[in-house]
Amino acid sequence: MMIKKENLIWIAIKTGLLSGVIAIFLCLIGMIEVFSKRDVIEHIITLGDFILLVSAVSAGIIAARAASNPDQEKQPLKNYLAGALAGLTTGILIIAFIGLSQTINLRSVFLSASPSLFKLLTFKGGTSWIWIYPSIGLASGLLGTTLFLLPEKFRQPITRAIFITFLMALFSGLFRVIMINRAGSIAKLAKYLFGQTGLTLSGATIFFVAIIAISMFWTARSKNLQEGFSRIPKAGQTSLRVALYVLLAYVVIMLPQVSGPFIAQVVVIVSLYALMGLGLNITLGFAGLLDLGFVAFFAVGAYTVGLLTSYGIFGLQHIPFWVAVPIAVLVAMMFGAFLGLPVLGVRGDYLAIATLGFGEIVRLLAGSDFLAPFFGGPQGIIGIQKPCLGTLGEFLKVDVPRICNGIEFGGPKEIYYLAVASAILVAFIALRLQKSRLGRAWMAIREDEDVAEALGINLIQTKLLAYMLGAAFAGLGGAIFTVLVGSIFATSMQLIVSINVVALIIVGGMGSIPGVIVGAIALIGMPELLREVSEYRFLFYGAALIMMMLAKPEGLWPSQATLRELHHEDPGEDLDVASSQAKA
Amino acid sequence: MRTSFGERLLDLAVNGFLWGFRILIVVIVVLGTFLTIRAGKYTSEQWIDFVVFGISQGSIYALIALGYTMVYGILRMINFAHGEIFMSGAFGGYFIATWLTGIGFMDKYPVFGLIISMMFGMLVSTLIALLVERIAYRPLRGAPRLVPLISAIGASFFLQYTFRGFFGPGVYAYPSMKALDGEWIFFGIGILKVQIVVTIAAVVMMSILYSIVMFTKIGKAMRAVSENKDVAALMGIDVNRIIVTTFALGAAMAGAAGVLYALTYRQVNFFTGFTPGIKAFTAAVLGGIGNIPGAMVGGLVLGIVESVGPALFLDSIGIPRPYQLKDAIAYIMLVMILLFRPSGILGERVSKKA
Repeated sequence: MMIKKENLIWIAIKTGLLSGVIAIFLCLIGMIEVFSKRDVIEHIITLGDFILLVSAVSAGIIAARAASNPDQEKQPLKNYLAGALAGLTTGILIIAFIGLSQTINLRSVFLSASPSLFKLLTFKGGTSWIWIYPSIGLASGLLGTTLFLLPEKFRQPITRAIFITFLMALFSGLFRVIMINRAGSIAKLAKYLFGQTGLTLSGATIFFVAIIAISMFWTARSKNLQEGFSRIPKAGQTSLRVALYVLLAYVVIMLPQVSGPFIAQVVVIVSLYALMGLGLNITLGFAGLLDLGFVAFFAVGAYTVGLLTSYGIFGLQHIPFWVAVPIAVLVAMMFGAFLGLPVLGVRGDYLAIATLGFGEIVRLLAGSDFLAPFFGGPQGIIGIQKPCLGTLGEFLKVDVPRICNGIEFGGPKEIYYLAVASAILVAFIALRLQKSRLGRAWMAIREDEDVAEALGINLIQTKLLAYMLGAAFAGLGGAIFTVLVGSIFATSMQLIVSINVVALIIVGGMGSIPGVIVGAIALIGMPELLREVSEYRFLFYGAALIMMMLAKPEGLWPSQATLRELHHEDPGEDLDVASSQAKA
Repeated sequence: MRTSFGERLLDLAVNGFLWGFRILIVVIVVLGTFLTIRAGKYTSEQWIDFVVFGISQGSIYALIALGYTMVYGILRMINFAHGEIFMSGAFGGYFIATWLTGIGFMDKYPVFGLIISMMFGMLVSTLIALLVERIAYRPLRGAPRLVPLISAIGASFFLQYTFRGFFGPGVYAYPSMKALDGEWIFFGIGILKVQIVVTIAAVVMMSILYSIVMFTKIGKAMRAVSENKDVAALMGIDVNRIIVTTFALGAAMAGAAGVLYALTYRQVNFFTGFTPGIKAFTAAVLGGIGNIPGAMVGGLVLGIVESVGPALFLDSIGIPRPYQLKDAIAYIMLVMILLFRPSGILGERVSKKA
């Protein structure tokens, strides 16, 4: 197959235009301006610049890939030409955008096309930008091409190093705070590596070089290491594993002591979402029932604990948290059955909408004046008693917290243990369920309801169990969330919570338990830690859902079953494999 | 077939529960209606106001519902982002209307001003719908049904927060048109001008769409594709083009609806699309999804029930501020329809058909 010259030029220009449009889009939604307040490398490159650069470099990579032809021998010149053209086009498009903004007032429509954005883009006024953009575009296009042409052995370590250095820069504030709290040389090291909002130049260089070195060493030696591990006798292997787990447990236990309440709180939220994700993973991942009203069960758990333990005016009973939690889980389960019974006859996409309706009904009812005498309506329930390990003092009067004689789980640092322990427990239950008879029945239903029924699986019973267990996990999440926040408002039970949970499952990998945890860390933890990113988290969720569906429907950490399925669905692929094997 | 006692008991419980649910809703509706009418708290003028508002609101729902129904009819897919396409139309209309008001055109020629802003809203929403179709839906045709649905949910959020990025989280006040202030009097009953104009405009749009679908060649092709894609392709119909046309038509209707909605409520926000989107989906299901006249009927029924319902059913059975539960009534209707008559009022395509 020959690629014509004109075609190639057109592809390169198209790629450049696309990346330019993306860059302009990012400017117009205000992302570039917000991100430019934060450095990747101190005083040298901001996050905003970095993102613009990445768009130009990736245009170069894509164009270079389009220009290379696997059937022919390598023609680096052609690749460079395409990459340069793509980068150049990106630069020219950005110039056109800036020029446009100088002639007409974009701000009358687009809020983010502010003078400060253009001050930023034109390097504080002047006309030098006319030359800077094409040359940077050209350079990054060439850079992209070079990256593409490098042999795998070098390319992988370099991309890895760029990525990890970038991550280090993003979270540098975090590391800096933790390290500066320690005394002496560690604090000095922190100041050397991390600046106020990003890495220092020396820090970035050190990380970059170190990661390249480690990565190259690892690719060269990983096989030897693995072989070495398997040569150790069985008992030794086990003890090594145990040692690893103990180390991990130590880190998990010590983390809040070292890191302070903010990080503890982020971990709590991640664990709660992981917990709910594991719950929804049963209904969606195992049984294939898309539930968009998952927040309803979360709300049930939260309100149950609130009503049972609050010392405010809505508190019905004044029982300890530890008694209230099992009740909350049971109530959530019953509620799951209550909502599940009617909708389980409905199939597929109708189910998603019906459950979405249920979730909204629960929120509207909880926040309405109609049920306000019970649930506080818009004012919510406040004054929720914190869990107490020890004896709880007498309930004296309304709005006076009871005294805890013992350890009180008052702040995020203590609730951390509660949340992490629950998440681990739930992950264990989910893992056991997956391999059980019930778990296999769920997966059979997910694949084909009619066949499953023909095999003697009771559809309603099995689906209902999936629903109830998912609900129970969500109820537990709601219960812990309530004591973390100390109050409940109907307005916090938005659809967005359900969407968060769905998104983290999809990104992590449907039906995969480690996937849920990875998804929770990536989608919930990262935006919590990065204030700048959190403004755009839902935009990012939307894009992530679409891109996952387009490119990697099995998720970041897919379950084995899904992987097998996806790679057997396409018979053409099998044929390809077969023919290539035949050739060999 | 041998079934255990436990299983039979479960089936019994399920059926009993469903019947209980139905009876509960019917009792609430009948009792509430009876008590309200006996109490005579509302005057007949108020009732007429409720109904008229319901009709104008319902005709907007109907316009949006057309998009859902047509896309579902052809692709068997819930276009979850349709509410956001509606919202983009409202924004498009807002900007052009503000500009036209600013230069004084709107006051001089209100009819043309309205038409121009509707056209522009339709243009914007059509462009966005085509982009979404190209990027998020087209590559996923033929994938399992959950996949495009999730992609559509993603598209919905992406659009919402894109608009939030473009225009900020604030609420934009839609410019008021002097020509639409006040009431017209029919037989001694005053009706808001806006509501009449909105209803008329919506009916005109629906008749245009209906004639396109029923009387043009492309409409015939659309109906053929929704019957059977493969056979339609064999008859020489470019299925891809028809799908794109369907998306464009549905989005144009949604864009027009967005402008009309903004005209009624006088405000536009990045979150405007969500609730009307779900309600319009309810309307589409109510009328029988995939069925075009069904969507129109469903929209009107939903609009009227939602507007009359809180006062009629809930007020007299001791629920304070029943208007807070207006949305809940719509959602309960949605769930009821999905449970008990998934084929809708004028039903055509049954949801259980996979």
